[in-house]
Amino acid sequence: MRALWILPGCAMLLAVTSAHAEIAAHERKSGAEFMSPQTQAMQADDASNPGMLAVLDGEAAWNEKAGAANKACADCHGAAEQSMKGVSARYPAFNAATSQPIDVAGQVNQCRTGRQQAQPLRAESRELLALTTYIGLQSRGMSVAPPDDERLTPFRERGKALFNQRLGQLNFSCAHCHEDNWGRKLGSAPIPQAHANAYPIYRLEWQDVGSLQRRLRNCMSGVRAAPYSYGSIEFIELELFLAERARGMAVETPGVRP
Amino acid sequence: MARALINVPAKAKKGEIIEIKTMLSHPMETGFRPAADGKLVPRNIIKRFVCTYDGEAVFSADLFPAISANPFLSFTLVATNSGVITFSWTDDNGQTQVQTAKIEVA
Repeated sequence: MRALWILPGCAMLLAVTSAHAEIAAHERKSGAEFMSPQTQAMQADDASNPGMLAVLDGEAAWNEKAGAANKACADCHGAAEQSMKGVSARYPAFNAATSQPIDVAGQVNQCRTGRQQAQPLRAESRELLALTTYIGLQSRGMSVAPPDDERLTPFRERGKALFNQRLGQLNFSCAHCHEDNWGRKLGSAPIPQAHANAYPIYRLEWQDVGSLQRRLRNCMSGVRAAPYSYGSIEFIELELFLAERARGMAVETPGVRP
Repeated sequence: MARALINVPAKAKKGEIIEIKTMLSHPMETGFRPAADGKLVPRNIIKRFVCTYDGEAVFSADLFPAISANPFLSFTLVATNSGVITFSWTDDNGQTQVQTAKIEVA
């Protein structure tokens, strides 16, 4: 009689563990907390954070006139310290013109083609990363605050589905590592919780600054999946979900990561 | 002109030990890395860094291919008198970048 009671209990347990455990608010940790003290110190001091070199480039690009309109970002937006404060903390946002969400890099390029009448900057190019890092810095210390825009909801839901979607020859989803096994090791490296609150980051492995999409592409090739292309809607949807997942965490841009 | 981050205290007391931090934006291409076409990317690293304080060399360093991109160098000086601290980086292409910082010693 007793055995009969135990069996349904086991089935329940299996059903519960097969869904990914979402990280509770009090357990959320920035990727910085998983780094060595040396790497944390590198990020904390602007004199030793190599991401600040991209910030200097970005500041110059902000004030540089471009395109047929011969306008700089500063000609419309003024000082980035005021006009760009909080922008990276709330992006991706809904773009009414295309009826799609857009991230900061996409917005920069839309300004370039629309307002400056210049060529869009190549994804992951030095110029584009410099601008997005400089814009990101203006939100440093603020809370990640994605907009409560209902038009974003279906995209965010698809992002969540992608996060939980098994991919590649290794057949892992993002959640398998970053929700079920964070804090443990993959090889010698700690598995962080995959919060996107420090991008663009200076990654020591890259020896350069890179975007969240570059990092996501790394993980995708890690599980032997064909990465989505830069700027694809899948990436924007994932970015939307990750922003919601990191709501309330402090922006660290430019982060340093190993 | 590559970007440089230089951290020199604006003011110091005479005889005080001050910490200088420098970082130069540079790829530090090792010469061992193949490009997409399979050919090696030619070596281009910072070979020599010199810091002078009022014209006198007070710190210098030889750099090698194992040093990371955007090399960060930190060292200490004794603040002796008000003046200009000059930093210069020379790379494999023979290009030298010079930056200066002023310090006031009281």
